[in-house]
Amino acid sequence: MTKRTIIPFGPQHPVLPEPIHLDLVVEDELVVEAIPRIGFIHRGLEKLIEKRDFVDFVYVAERICGICSFIHGMTYCVGVEAVMGIEVPRRAQYLRTIWSELSRIHSHLLWLGLTADAFGFENLFMNSWRIREIVLDIIEETTGGRVIFGSAKIGGVRVDIAPEQIAAIVKKLNKLEKEIKDISNVFLKDPSVKHRLVGVGVLSKDDAYALGAVGPVLRASGVALDTRQLGYAAFDEIKVTPITDPRGDSYARCVVRIQEIFQSIDIIRQAKEKIRVGPIEVKVEGTPNGEYFARTEQPRGEVIYYIKGDGTKFLKRMRVRTPTFANVPALLKVLAGCQLADVPVLVLTIDPCISCTER
Amino acid sequence: MFFHLAKIALKSLFSKPATRRYPFEVREAYKHTRGQIAIEINQCIYCGICQRKCPTAALAVDRQAKSWTIDRLRCISCRACVGVCPKSCLTMKNSYTKPSLNRRKETFKNA
Repeated sequence: MTKRTIIPFGPQHPVLPEPIHLDLVVEDELVVEAIPRIGFIHRGLEKLIEKRDFVDFVYVAERICGICSFIHGMTYCVGVEAVMGIEVPRRAQYLRTIWSELSRIHSHLLWLGLTADAFGFENLFMNSWRIREIVLDIIEETTGGRVIFGSAKIGGVRVDIAPEQIAAIVKKLNKLEKEIKDISNVFLKDPSVKHRLVGVGVLSKDDAYALGAVGPVLRASGVALDTRQLGYAAFDEIKVTPITDPRGDSYARCVVRIQEIFQSIDIIRQAKEKIRVGPIEVKVEGTPNGEYFARTEQPRGEVIYYIKGDGTKFLKRMRVRTPTFANVPALLKVLAGCQLADVPVLVLTIDPCISCTER
Repeated sequence: MFFHLAKIALKSLFSKPATRRYPFEVREAYKHTRGQIAIEINQCIYCGICQRKCPTAALAVDRQAKSWTIDRLRCISCRACVGVCPKSCLTMKNSYTKPSLNRRKETFKNA
């Protein structure tokens, strides 16, 4: 038997934007096991619910993650609204849909850039982020913040987007679509990129399902599950077909994410056609009494908010199950048996968001 | 099949840069950009609602001294105070605060 060595990976590592630690047990260059350790940036945000008014907690929920911030805030609102039986106006639901798809586009572009950076393709990295900047500008123009939208509130949304502004957004996205097609050609066809992604870190369909993987990781293994099919926000009128790929390797995860960018652009186009004139919020009266599981689709996969209120203005319990947390077992599975040099790319292919995971 | 990126790279080589030459060329802020909180101190009634609603406890209102204090580095520009102010004397400006080296509180007093 070859001698086993343990190589520490993280919490500080060039490919990791956030701290996660992996103990890699290697035999020569082959990883046989990966042991994770999390908890470097735990902030106790779930405990904070006991001290924060449930209406004000949206600000905290949005700040759980810096990339999928809007969907965090929205899911919290969806949960509280369900407990309190609040009917959110249609226009607000469409606006929520538009913003959550914008955040998906910018998150996936961010991921494409980070992945390009992980396999050392700096030019591609910069080009992905150049395109992402245009999406961030759209977000800032409509909500006031670049990554912290601050536009979700219980009972609706805080700001409206004027009809001509929605038309302008769609126009910008149409232009952007061509540019994204150009860089996606590099990701999908360039031999040096394919060399790093094809056949690396294969996760079988059964494993992905059994390990409870979510989002693009699950869909890239051929399981057609997308929480948007549940019909929250305006997804009851805008039908979403999950994008899947049967291959299950890193390349498949890249394909799924790229196609989801185009799908999101298409959803915003449909939302522009279907959005109605009307109020953007309803007045919230009373306090939540009851419990609810809110499930929505984040760029990284399904997020679950458990909310329990006891009739006071402070919620009794809140629990967030974030997508990265669900994808860690899948990551450990693909890490076992991979080459040491592939570890950074594999860690990135689940799109890890550690501040989400640890709250 | 080898020249997918070369096309983009050449295109960006011969087109305008995607970045700005800051600080010589400053980006104009959007109308809704959440920059910094401004107060019309003459209209403030020192009710303290903004202080209670502030998620980061960046505000301090003193009814006796008739003063309103903000810690700019604590403020996360969430607009919670702007929404609850009964006299609408708080506004959100779209310009950011200047960078600072130390944590300094800004106090406004009714003259």
